[in-house]
Amino acid sequence: MLSSITFGQFMPGDSLLHRLDPRTKVVGVLAVAASVLAAANWIGFALVAGLTLVAVLQSQLPAKVYISGLRAFWVIFAITFIVQAFLTPGEILAGLGPLKITQEGLETGGRIFLRLALLVLVASLLTLTTPPVNLAAGLESMLSPLKRLGVPAHELAMMMTIALRFVPILLQEAETLVRAQRSRGAAFVTGGPAGWARGLLPLFVPLFAGALRRAEDLATAMEARSYRGGANMTRMMSLRFGLPDYVVLTLTAVVLAGVVASRFL
Amino acid sequence: MTNVAPVIKVENLTHVYSPGTPFQVVSLDGISLEIMKGELFALVGSAGSGKTTLVQHFNGIIAPAKGKVWVCGVDVSDKNKRRDLWRKVGLVFQRPEQQLFEETVFDDVAFGPRNMGLGKDEVLGRVKEALQVVGLKIDEIGTISPFRLSGGMRRRVAIAGVLALRPDVLVLDEPAAGLDPRGRRQLMDHVENFRYERGVTVVLVTHSMEEVALRADRVAVLHKGRLAMGGTPREVFNRVVELRALGLDVPAPAGLMHKLRAAGRRVRTDVLTIDEAREEIAMILGEGS
Ligand SMILES: Nc1ncnc2c1ncn2[C@@H]1O[C@H](COP(=O)(O)OP(=O)(O)OP(=O)(O)O)[C@@H](O)[C@H]1O
Ligand SMILES: [Mg+2]
Repeated sequence: MLSSITFGQFMPGDSLLHRLDPRTKVVGVLAVAASVLAAANWIGFALVAGLTLVAVLQSQLPAKVYISGLRAFWVIFAITFIVQAFLTPGEILAGLGPLKITQEGLETGGRIFLRLALLVLVASLLTLTTPPVNLAAGLESMLSPLKRLGVPAHELAMMMTIALRFVPILLQEAETLVRAQRSRGAAFVTGGPAGWARGLLPLFVPLFAGALRRAEDLATAMEARSYRGGANMTRMMSLRFGLPDYVVLTLTAVVLAGVVASRFL
Repeated sequence: MTNVAPVIKVENLTHVYSPGTPFQVVSLDGISLEIMKGELFALVGSAGSGKTTLVQHFNGIIAPAKGKVWVCGVDVSDKNKRRDLWRKVGLVFQRPEQQLFEETVFDDVAFGPRNMGLGKDEVLGRVKEALQVVGLKIDEIGTISPFRLSGGMRRRVAIAGVLALRPDVLVLDEPAAGLDPRGRRQLMDHVENFRYERGVTVVLVTHSMEEVALRADRVAVLHKGRLAMGGTPREVFNRVVELRALGLDVPAPAGLMHKLRAAGRRVRTDVLTIDEAREEIAMILGEGS
């Protein structure tokens, strides 16, 4: 089912992670992602994986949510792993005609798999525990120093909020459309590429028509409430750093430093 | 109604959206009901009571997770049989006008028949007939883009798209919502004509109690995913206190009779139509003089 794709969809909760300042989470996620990419040996991986695991447990969301998030990417995981396993030169473990699995291939494949999985988990941690509005507020506040250079921080944040808000709505709508067209016997994927394109029309034409209508309504509604862009907008909730934010930032910094240091061991 | 075999049989059906997540919603909770061949079965209930979820089980769009559903004698849990159910059970979705996609009205209505693998002439015949049933003429609007029609016209085209399947069971999910009173009445008249001409069973999801009173053979009331009441409209609308507790109302004539009764007048309260109400009032006026 389409609307059961929960990757990136905010899930309400009252964990420490939910209560952190959105800016902390953005910076923290960037730091952990950097650590994931910097990790070169098992000490490094253990550090990042440990931190990610703690964060996942901290979020108090059911494991199912994370597993289904990971599952959405399994094709990419599988392809990268297989390509690495077969195409890395080295000590041959098994051969299948011209295809050979090497010891080094398995190791690189495993490492890349681990990296991708950790990146997906960390990224979903951010969006799962942060309401889109807060996320946008955080990004806007982080980008605002760039306003003087002409970066439209407010507009970017507003676009992101709206886009994130629309994703679940569009998924829901797509699901209804799939059901409705199937009720008239639609087979969405048949024949070759031409058949595919033709078969998806019953889904995409109404979906885009609906999205355009929605966008128009939203624009009218915003203008009717005197929305004029960033110049004079204030936020209902101002962002504030607390003790947990400093603790989390320090922790991620320590892990990043630890991972980088472990490369030189 | 002469033939009393259930066309649709639901037994202890339960459905949960997004189970195991914080978004979990129990949308159906142990529903059992039978819909007989040829009857007009109405389904009412306040918003979010599970009406749409229930009817989407009837043509195999949703597989029963817990409980059983039989449609035309076929157990819907069989995946292969479920897949072909759309040929027998036509389901008109809520706001169906949003599902139009073809370049012309003709092509959109022909989408279903073509998917059935019918020949050109047969498709043409069905499209013509289906448009006629909803009061549209193929010569007038067949070649127009559906996106250029008004909302009400688009609704009728979308309904024709399902009628063209010539289903044995026609399920309509709030088909008249958002139409003006005349459009509403006309549409329901079209549906009833189609029903009598073809002998189809009709399942009607609606918020209009007047429609139920006027047209339904039986009615089921859903509340928070449970079956709260069931019976003929006369039986159900006589239980006005319970209905109001569920956030629903009775048709105006029945409401009036209940008020008169509360004021001490000896009137029947199980009236459905204005004519019946008039008779009752005439009676007590006669008594008074
Ligand atoms: N795709 C979905 N994902 C998650 N929850 C859903 C979904 N569709 C419906 N629900 C929930 O299931 C419950 C029943 O919804 P349903 O649409 O069946 O009600 P309804 O009686 O048709 O309401 P309405 O009169 O508003 O059309 C509601 O609480 C709704 O929020
Ligand atoms: Mg509904």
